[in-house]
Amino acid sequence: MNERAPIAITRRAVLRSALRGTLGGAAISVGVPFLDVFLDDNGEALAATGGPLPRRFGTWFWGCGMNPPRWNPTVEGKDFALPPELAPISPVREHMSVLSGFNVLLGGETNFVHRTGVIGTLCGGAPPSKNDNRGPTLDVLISDAIGGATRFRSLEMAATGVATDSYSGRSEDAKNPSETTPLSLYARVFTNGFADPNAAEFTPDPRTLLRKSVLSAIEEDRKRLEGRLGAHDRARLDEYFTSVRQLEHQLELQLSAPPPLEACRVPEAPEAGPVSRDVAHVRENHDAMARVLALALACDQTRVFNMVFSEGASRLHLPGSSDNHHTLTHEEAVDEALGYQVEATKFVMHSMEAWATFVSALDSVPEGAGTLLDNCAVLAHSETSDANSHSVTGLPLMIAGRAGGRLRTGLHVFGAGDPTTRAGLTLQQVMGLRTSRWGLDANATDRPIEALLA
Amino acid sequence: MPRATAVPFRAPLIAVSIAATLMLTAACGGGAVDDATGGPVAMRRLTESQYRAAIADVFGPEIEVVGRFEPDNRREGLMAVGAAWVSVTPSGFEQYENTALAIASQVVAPGVRDRFVPCAPRDPSTADPECAEAFLRAIAPRLLRRAPEEPALAARLEAANRAATEHGDFYVGVEVLVSGLLVSPEFLFRVELAEPVPDRPDRLRLTDETVASRMSYLLWNAGPDEALLEAVAAGALSTADGLSAELDRMLASPRLEAGVSAFFEDLFRFDAFSSLGKDPIRYPKFSSEVAADAREQTLRVVVDHLVDRRADYRDLFTTPRSFLTRRLGAVYAVPVAPESGWAATTFDADDPRRGLLAHASFNMLNAHPGRSSATLRGVFLREALLCQTVPPAPADVDFGLFNEDDNPAYKTARDRLGVHSSNATCRNCHALSDPIGLGLEVFDGIGGIRATENGAPIDTSGDLDGRPFANTLELGDAFRESPLVGACLVENLYRYAVGREIVNAERRQMRRLERAFEDADHRLHALLRAIVLSPGFRTTTSPPGDDQEPSSVASSMRPGRESV
Repeated sequence: MNERAPIAITRRAVLRSALRGTLGGAAISVGVPFLDVFLDDNGEALAATGGPLPRRFGTWFWGCGMNPPRWNPTVEGKDFALPPELAPISPVREHMSVLSGFNVLLGGETNFVHRTGVIGTLCGGAPPSKNDNRGPTLDVLISDAIGGATRFRSLEMAATGVATDSYSGRSEDAKNPSETTPLSLYARVFTNGFADPNAAEFTPDPRTLLRKSVLSAIEEDRKRLEGRLGAHDRARLDEYFTSVRQLEHQLELQLSAPPPLEACRVPEAPEAGPVSRDVAHVRENHDAMARVLALALACDQTRVFNMVFSEGASRLHLPGSSDNHHTLTHEEAVDEALGYQVEATKFVMHSMEAWATFVSALDSVPEGAGTLLDNCAVLAHSETSDANSHSVTGLPLMIAGRAGGRLRTGLHVFGAGDPTTRAGLTLQQVMGLRTSRWGLDANATDRPIEALLA
Repeated sequence: MPRATAVPFRAPLIAVSIAATLMLTAACGGGAVDDATGGPVAMRRLTESQYRAAIADVFGPEIEVVGRFEPDNRREGLMAVGAAWVSVTPSGFEQYENTALAIASQVVAPGVRDRFVPCAPRDPSTADPECAEAFLRAIAPRLLRRAPEEPALAARLEAANRAATEHGDFYVGVEVLVSGLLVSPEFLFRVELAEPVPDRPDRLRLTDETVASRMSYLLWNAGPDEALLEAVAAGALSTADGLSAELDRMLASPRLEAGVSAFFEDLFRFDAFSSLGKDPIRYPKFSSEVAADAREQTLRVVVDHLVDRRADYRDLFTTPRSFLTRRLGAVYAVPVAPESGWAATTFDADDPRRGLLAHASFNMLNAHPGRSSATLRGVFLREALLCQTVPPAPADVDFGLFNEDDNPAYKTARDRLGVHSSNATCRNCHALSDPIGLGLEVFDGIGGIRATENGAPIDTSGDLDGRPFANTLELGDAFRESPLVGACLVENLYRYAVGREIVNAERRQMRRLERAFEDADHRLHALLRAIVLSPGFRTTTSPPGDDQEPSSVASSMRPGRESV
C-alpha cells in the first residue's frame, strides 16, 4: 500500500541534476520510502485506535501579489498588527503564519515575468527558460512521499475555470491539469470508484478487476516501445507509465473496504454555477470547490492538493471595467492621496478574502480532537510582491494549519532576504520527508524556518 | 465493417532517398537534396480532435466520446510542436481510461456490436479466440496506425480471452480489447520509427508506416485510412509513383478540409476560445455562441479560399468573401437574412471589414476583456503570420510611465500608446507590435466595427516594415504584398508536419519549399505536396535510442527575423 511508483525524470532534469549532483537541488529525499514515518497512518490504525491522523499538504496560489507597504506586517513574532491588505485573514489569523521578506534569488537567470516567482518558490530556483523548470514542484515531491496511501496522489483545482491554470507538475510538460468546477471535482472524487468509509456494507465493483487486467496488459507495450525511443521520449513514456501505475493503485484500493473515518461526510453534488474570470464567479467557484475539497480530505481520498485562485498575471475582472487585474497593476495611476492603485488593490483584497474562506473551509471540518486544518500545511503564495515592477523579492507567503502539531501558527516571520526555499524545505520536513537541503544555486538552503517548527 | 489488411509488414523497399530525389526534382524544379536530412523523430501525443477522429473513423460517428482531455501545450507557437513534449499525467490517464471504458461499452452494446465484430462467437457465453482475433486484426491497425506486431496481438488476445472466460461473456473480452487499445501508449502517442536507408546505412529514413501517419495527420488530421494502410503493406509508399498516387488521392479527398482547418486552428491559437471572456457591460453582444461563430467564420473562409477555390494564400488578406451568422452580423454591423446558419457575404472593395485581418476571431482573442489591444494584435500578427519574434517587456521596465493612461486627454489607443514611442526602452519592441495593431483599431475588443473611440476619430495609418499604409484596408494590402507572409506559412506548415523545429540541415530545403510555393502561385495544395515529398519529411537524424530532444531552431533560421 505504501509502495511508491518509481519517479520519472525528464532528460533535462537528469542532465541538470547530474551537473549539480542533486535532483532539483534536493539532497536527496525523494527516493526514500516513508514507511517508518507513516506506517501508523494507515486507515485500520485510525479506525481501531483513533491514532494519528493523516497529514495533508496543499498550495494556494493567487496572482499579482500585493502592495508591500500595505501587506507586510512590521512586527515579528506573535503580537503583530494586521496591515490593511491582511485584514481579511483576521478571523483565521491564529491558524496561520505570515512570512515576509523572502526572495527568489535569480542567480543570473532572467526574471521571466509572472513565472519566475512562482516556479522559484515551488521548484526551488529560478527557471532557465519560459518552457522549462529545473525540477518537480514542491507538491509533487511531497505527493511522491505521501500520495501513495490514497486514491488520488493529488487534486488540482482552478477557481478561474481554466484547466491549464496549474503550477503542479513533474515538469512543465507534465503539468497536472486543474479541475475547473466544483461539480467536476465532486464527480471525480465522490462518484465513480468512491466507497464511503462509513458505509455499513462494501461491495466491490465487479469491473474493477477487469480494468486492472486491461492496465496490466499495457506493460507489454513498454518493453517493445522503450528500445525504440530516444531518451527524451523514454522519459515521457516513463511519465505515462507512472500515471498508469497510479490508476492501478487506485483500483487496488477499490477492491477492499475502506476503514471507517469519523471525519468523513459525503457531500451533496454541488450545483453548476457560472464560470468566468469575473471575480464574483471566481469566488463562488473557489468557495464551492474548497467545501468539496475539505470533505475529500476528510474522507482521505487525497493528501495533497493545489488550488489556483487566479493565475500569474491574473486576468480576474470586475464587471464594467475595461481592464483586468494584471493590466491595472501596470497601467492604473497610483492614487496620490492614498499612495496605491485603488482598482488593482481591490483584487488583492478579494484574494485575501478568498484565502481566509479557504482556510475556514478546512477549519470547519471536525477531525480528531481538533479540525481538519490542524492536520494540514497549506502554503499560500504569489508570483510577485509588487506586481507593477514584477518584483520577486519580499514575496508574500503564508502557511496555514499545524501539520498534525508540527507547525506553529499565529506568527509573523521576516526572512531578511533569505530564499523562499526555506519555506519549501520547512514544509517538506514537517510532511515527513527526509530532505536536509533543498533548492538550486543561490536558493539552496539547509535551514528550515525554525520559528515555525513546533 | 470492412477489414484492414493485416499482413505483417515487411514489404520490399526501394531506396527512398533516391525516390525522393526524383520526386523532389519533379516537384520543385531541381536542386540537390543530399544536404537535407530531417531532424529527430517526434513522439506526439494525440490531440483531442485527433482522438475523436480516430474513434469516428474506426467505430463511426455515432459512438460518443464523452470525457475531458488533458490540455495541449503550445511550444514555439504550435500545439503540434508542443505535442512532442507533453506526457500523460495521473489525472490525464484517469480520463483516458474513463473515456476508453465508455467507448468500449458502446461498441459491444447489443444491436451495435455486430457492425464491428466481423464474426458471430460460437458461444457468446465464453471466449471464442478465433472470433476475438478476427476482431482485433480488423481494428488494431486502424487504431495503432500500423500493422501490430504478433507478440503484442497475442498478449492482447490472451487478456481478452481470459476476461471472456471469467465473466462468461465473449463481449466482455471484446471490451477488454477495445479499452486496452485505447489506453495503450501506441494509440495515445504517435510513435515514429526509423530504419537505415538501404545502401546508405549511415542514413536513416522513416518507415513507410511512419510516413503514412505523418501524411495523414498533416492532410486530414486523422490516422491513415484503410487504403493508405494497404498501400503501406504493399510497399507502395517506397516507390515514387505509389507515394505520389496516395498523396494525390489524399489531397483530393474531402477530408483535406478537416486537415487544413486543424492546422490553421493551431496556427491562429484558437484553443484560447475555450477560456475567452469579455466584460458583459461593455460588450453586451458578446456570448460564447458569438465567439464560437467567430472561430468558425475564420475557418470557413480559410477552407473556402485555400481548399475549395484553391486560391492564392496571400489573397486571404484582401478577400472580400466571408460568411456570417446573424449573431456575427450584429458584431460586424451587417444585416444577415437567415435566422440560423451561415450566409455568404461579399464586402465591397473599400470596406475595412474585408480580408483576414478584419476577422472578429483575431480581434476578440487578441484584446482585453474590456477593450482592444493594438499591442496584443501586433504581437500575434508578427509571430503567427510573419514568423517574427517580439521580445517580451523587460522585467524591470518602469511602468510609472503609463500612469497617465487614464488621463482624459488620451482618447484613443494611439494617444495612450504614444508613451511607448517616446521612451527608448519601450520603443524597440513596441515599434514592432503597435503600428500594425493600431491599423486594426477600427475593431473594438470583440471585433465590432467602430469609427471613433471616446468620441475621437481613429487613425489607422502606419507602416509595415517600411511599407506605409493609410488605413485598415491598406494594412491588408501590405500583408498581401509582404515577402514574409508566404515564407512564414511554409515554415509553420513544415514545423506542423514534422512536429518539431527546423534543423540546420534543412535550411536549403526550406528555401526550396519557399520557391516551390511561390512558383505555384501560393496554392496550398502545391505546398502540402512539396512538404510531403521533401527529404526532411521522410528522413531523420536520430537512430532509435539516440539521446535527443525535438530540436530547437537557430534564431537565424526563421524567415524575416533578420529584419526585426
